Amino acid sequence: MRRLGKPGTWSSRTGRRPAALRCLAAFAVSLAAVLLATVAARADASDYESALHSLAEPSPEEVSRGISGLGSSGDPRAMGVLQALRDGNLLVAEGGAIYLKDAGGALHDALSGAPSGPRAGRAPPVDNDVRRVLLPVLARLELRSPDRAVRLAANETLADRGNDGDAPVLRDALARETDKGVRAAIVSTLAELDLASTDPQRRLGAIDAIGASGSVRFRPVLSALVARHDDGSYSEPDPRVRSAADSVLHSLDRKQMAVDAIAGVLYGLSAGSILLLSALGLAITFGLMRVINMAHGEMLMLGAYATYCTQVFFAAHFPSLMSWYLLAAVPVALITCMAMGALLERTVIQFLYGRPLETLLATYGLSLLLIQLVRSIFGAQNVTVENPPWLAGGAELFEGVVIPYNRMAVVLFTIVVVAFVGYILRGTSLGLRVRAVTQNRPMAACMGISTRRVDTWTFALGSGVGGLGGVALAQLGNVGPEMGQSYIVDSFLVVVLGGVGKLMGSIIAAFGLGILNKVLEPFAGAVLGKIVVLMVVVLIIQKRPQGLFAQRTRGVEDA
Amino acid sequence: MTSLAPARGPAIGRPWATWVTAAVCVVVGVLVPLLNVVTPETSILHVSAVTVALTGKLTCYAIVAVAMDLVWGFAGILSLCHGLFFALGGYAMGMYLMRVIGGEGMYRSALPDFMVFLDWKELPWYWRGFDHFGFALVMALLVPGLLAYVFGYFAFRSRIRGVYFSIVTQAVTYAAMLLFFRNATGFGGNNGLTDFKRILGYSLREPSTRAALCAASGAGLALTYLLCRFVVRSRAGRVLTAMRDVEAKVRFCGYDPVAYKLFAWTLSAMLCGLAGALYVPQVGIINPSEMQTSSSVEIAIWAAVGGRGTLVGPIFGAYLVNGGKSWLTAAFPTAWLYVLGTLFVVITLVLPGGLVRAFSGAGRGRDLMAGWIRDLASKRAASGTSSNVPLPAANLAAPAPPTTVAATDQEEP
Repeated sequence: MRRLGKPGTWSSRTGRRPAALRCLAAFAVSLAAVLLATVAARADASDYESALHSLAEPSPEEVSRGISGLGSSGDPRAMGVLQALRDGNLLVAEGGAIYLKDAGGALHDALSGAPSGPRAGRAPPVDNDVRRVLLPVLARLELRSPDRAVRLAANETLADRGNDGDAPVLRDALARETDKGVRAAIVSTLAELDLASTDPQRRLGAIDAIGASGSVRFRPVLSALVARHDDGSYSEPDPRVRSAADSVLHSLDRKQMAVDAIAGVLYGLSAGSILLLSALGLAITFGLMRVINMAHGEMLMLGAYATYCTQVFFAAHFPSLMSWYLLAAVPVALITCMAMGALLERTVIQFLYGRPLETLLATYGLSLLLIQLVRSIFGAQNVTVENPPWLAGGAELFEGVVIPYNRMAVVLFTIVVVAFVGYILRGTSLGLRVRAVTQNRPMAACMGISTRRVDTWTFALGSGVGGLGGVALAQLGNVGPEMGQSYIVDSFLVVVLGGVGKLMGSIIAAFGLGILNKVLEPFAGAVLGKIVVLMVVVLIIQKRPQGLFAQRTRGVEDA
Repeated sequence: MTSLAPARGPAIGRPWATWVTAAVCVVVGVLVPLLNVVTPETSILHVSAVTVALTGKLTCYAIVAVAMDLVWGFAGILSLCHGLFFALGGYAMGMYLMRVIGGEGMYRSALPDFMVFLDWKELPWYWRGFDHFGFALVMALLVPGLLAYVFGYFAFRSRIRGVYFSIVTQAVTYAAMLLFFRNATGFGGNNGLTDFKRILGYSLREPSTRAALCAASGAGLALTYLLCRFVVRSRAGRVLTAMRDVEAKVRFCGYDPVAYKLFAWTLSAMLCGLAGALYVPQVGIINPSEMQTSSSVEIAIWAAVGGRGTLVGPIFGAYLVNGGKSWLTAAFPTAWLYVLGTLFVVITLVLPGGLVRAFSGAGRGRDLMAGWIRDLASKRAASGTSSNVPLPAANLAAPAPPTTVAATDQEEP
C-alpha cells in the first residue's frame, strides 16, 4: 500500500503505523550497515557510499534507510545530497550512480564530485513516508550549516516534527551557536521539547529558559501547565514546576502589558497620521475658509487614483524606474487635485460663500459627481496600487510588534506634508495673503489683496493637500471610487474637535483620536472602539462646541 | 448662521398648498389602493401591485421630507441623522414583524433566524415586548424621539448650530451604523431584519394588505402635514422661524432657544420613526445601510428640491427625486448618480427656493433671478464680514418682537 508522495498530506492515518515500523526497520538496518562498514575498515567513506547505494534502490524503504545512513555517516557531503533529494535535484542513473544537479542545472557525481555530462536518470521514489524520515535527518545536519537562514529553518523543522531524541542535537547546536536570533529560536524549541519530557528537572529547566527568554509565545503552554482538569487535578503533577510556571507567567503578563501599551501608542501614531493626512486638507478648506467641503473625501480618492495612474504610466514607459514611481506620484497628485479644487471653487463654491448648509449640499453633490466620474473612467472595482519594494516588509520592534515600513513612511510623509503646509502658510507671500483674508477680509481687500483669487488658491491648496493624503492612503488601503466616503466623517470630526481655524488643533486632535482608538481596540474590539471614540468626540464637542483649541472671541454669533 | 433668505414667503401661507397636499394624500391614501383592490386586472383603471408598492414607499419618504422641512426649513437645523431616526422606527417595526414569524422561519425556531444562526439561546432583553404590534409602534415613535431628545438637549444647550450640528449628527449616524452592522448588537448585523411573513395576522404577500399599508402611509402623510402645519403656524413656530434667522436676537428678547428647538427636533424625529415603521412592512427589509450618511443627505435634497420652508414642497421633492431614482436606476443605472449630483449642485446654486417657489405665484420667473441676484449680493455682504456671518438684508430689517417676524417674511423684494 505505497502511496505516491504528495506534499501536504503528511499525517494520513493509514500510513502512520507502517511508517513508524519502517522507520524502526530503517534504523536497525542502517545500524547494521554501519557495523558492517566498520568491519570493512573503511569507516566514513564506506558509510557514505553504502548509504548512497541505498538511495539508488527503487524501493522507498531502502531510500529511507539510505537517508538515515547519510544522517549518521558524519560525512560533510551528506547534507548536500539530502538537500538535493529534498529539492528534487537528485538523479539516479542506470547502474546506480547518483548525480546531483547544482543551481545552474549541471550534474555532478555524488561520490567523486566530478562534473559529468547530461545523463538520463530517474528521480528516487520520495513519498510522504520518505519525507517524514528525510526532513528531521536533514534538519539535524543543517543545524551545522554556515547559512543563518538555513539554521533557522532547520530549527523550525525540528520544532514542528522533532522528537525527544533531537534534544541532545539541539543542545549541541546551541553550544556552538553565536547568532542571537538563532540561539533564541533554538532555546524555544528546546524548551518545548523539555516541557514534554517526563523528567520534572528538565521541565523546570525549560520553564527557567522560557522565563529568561521572556518570549510571550509560550503563554498558552504555561497556562496549560497551571490549569486544572475538570476533576480538580492539575495537568502538571509537580508543584515546583507549577509554581515556577506561575511566576514566569506573571512576569510574562507584566511584560505583555508594557509591550501592548507601547504598541498601542505606536499603532495609534500610525492611525493618527492617517487621520491627520485625511483631515489636513479639510483643516484648510473648512478650518480657514469655512467651506463645508463634503467632496474632500473625493480629493483623497483623486489623489489615490493619480497615484494609480502614475504607476500605470511608469509601468508602461519607465519599467526600470518602477520602484520610484511613488516619488513622481506626489507632485502629480498635488497638481491634479489643486487643479480640480480650483475648478470646483470657480464653478460652484464661490457662489456659496456665507451659506454653509447649502455648501454642504452642493459639495455633497460634487462628491457624487466625482465618484460616478471616476467609476465611469476606471470601473467600479478597486484598483491595485502596489507598494514599491522599499516599502514592503516591516521592522519587528518587540516580539509580536511589527511596524510595517509603509506605516512608518506614512508617519514621515505626514510630517513632511505638515511642514509643507506650515511653510506655505507661514513662509510664503501666498500664505501671508491667505492668513490676511481669513482674519479680516475687508481690511485685506483694502490693502489691495484680491480676495477672490486668494479664495481660489486657498481652496486649491486644501484640495491639493487632500490629494497628497490620497497618495499615502493608496499605500495602505483599498483604492476605489468610494474610498473617500469612509474618511469624510473622521476628517470633519478631527477638524471640529481640534478647533476650526487651528491647524495645530487638528494635528493634536488627529493623534489624540488615533491613539485613543488603538488603545481602546484591544479591550473593546475594533468596531466598538471606533464607536466609543465617536461618542467621546461628540461629548467633547457638546462640552466645548468651539473645539479643544478654539480661537477666543467675544462674538455672539460664533460657532 | 444659516442664511435662509429664499425661504421667506412660505407657500404654507397660501391656501393652495393645503389643497394640493390634501389631493396628494387622497390619491395616495385612497385612490391608488382602491383602484388596485377594486378594479379587475384587465381594467384600464387598474393600478398594478408594483405601483402600489412604489407609491407606498415614496409616501414614507415624503413623510420624512416633511419632518426634515420642519427642522431645516423652519428651525434652520440641517440634520444628518434623519436617516437614523427613520431606520430606528423601521427596526422597531421590523422587530415586531420578526417576532410574529414565530416558528415559521427557516430554522423552525421560536427565535428569529439570525439568532439561531448566531447560536443564541434566548431573546435579548431589548427584544421583549415586540411580540405586540402596539408596543412596537410606540417604540418606533419613542426610541427615535428619546434619542433625539437626549442628543438635542445637550447639543442645543451647548449652542451647537449650523454646520457643526450637521457634522455632529453625521457622526452619531455613522456610529449607529457601525453599531448595527455588528452581529453581536442583536439586530441581524449586515443582513438586518427580513423575511417577514405577516402583519397583524394579515399576510404581507396579499395585495389587499399591501394596499392597506399604502393607504396607511397616505394617512400618515396627511397626519404629518397637518401636525407640522399646525406647529409652524403656531406662536412656537414663529419663534422657531425667528430663531432660524437671527437666533441671538431672539434669545436677547427672552426666548429660550433650547426648548423651542428641542420640541421641533424631537417631533421631527418621531415623525421619521413613524415613516420608518410604515416603510419596513412595505419593502420587506431593514438593514444598517439605511443609516448611511448618504441616505440622510438625500433626505435634505428632497426637501431642497421641493422648496424648504414650505412643507408642501418637500412632499413633491420626495416624490420627484425618488420617483426619478427608481425610474433612472432601472433605465440608466450609471446616470443616476450624475443626475443626483447635478441636482444637489443646481438646486443650491440656481434654485435655492426649490421648485415650489419657482412655479408658485410668488415668483414665477422672478424668483429664479431674484435668488440669483440675492446670492451675489449676499456673497458681497459675506465678503464684507467674516465669511460665516452673512446677514441677509431682511434679517437686519426684521423688527425684534418675534410675533412680527413672520409678517416681515412676506415682504418679498
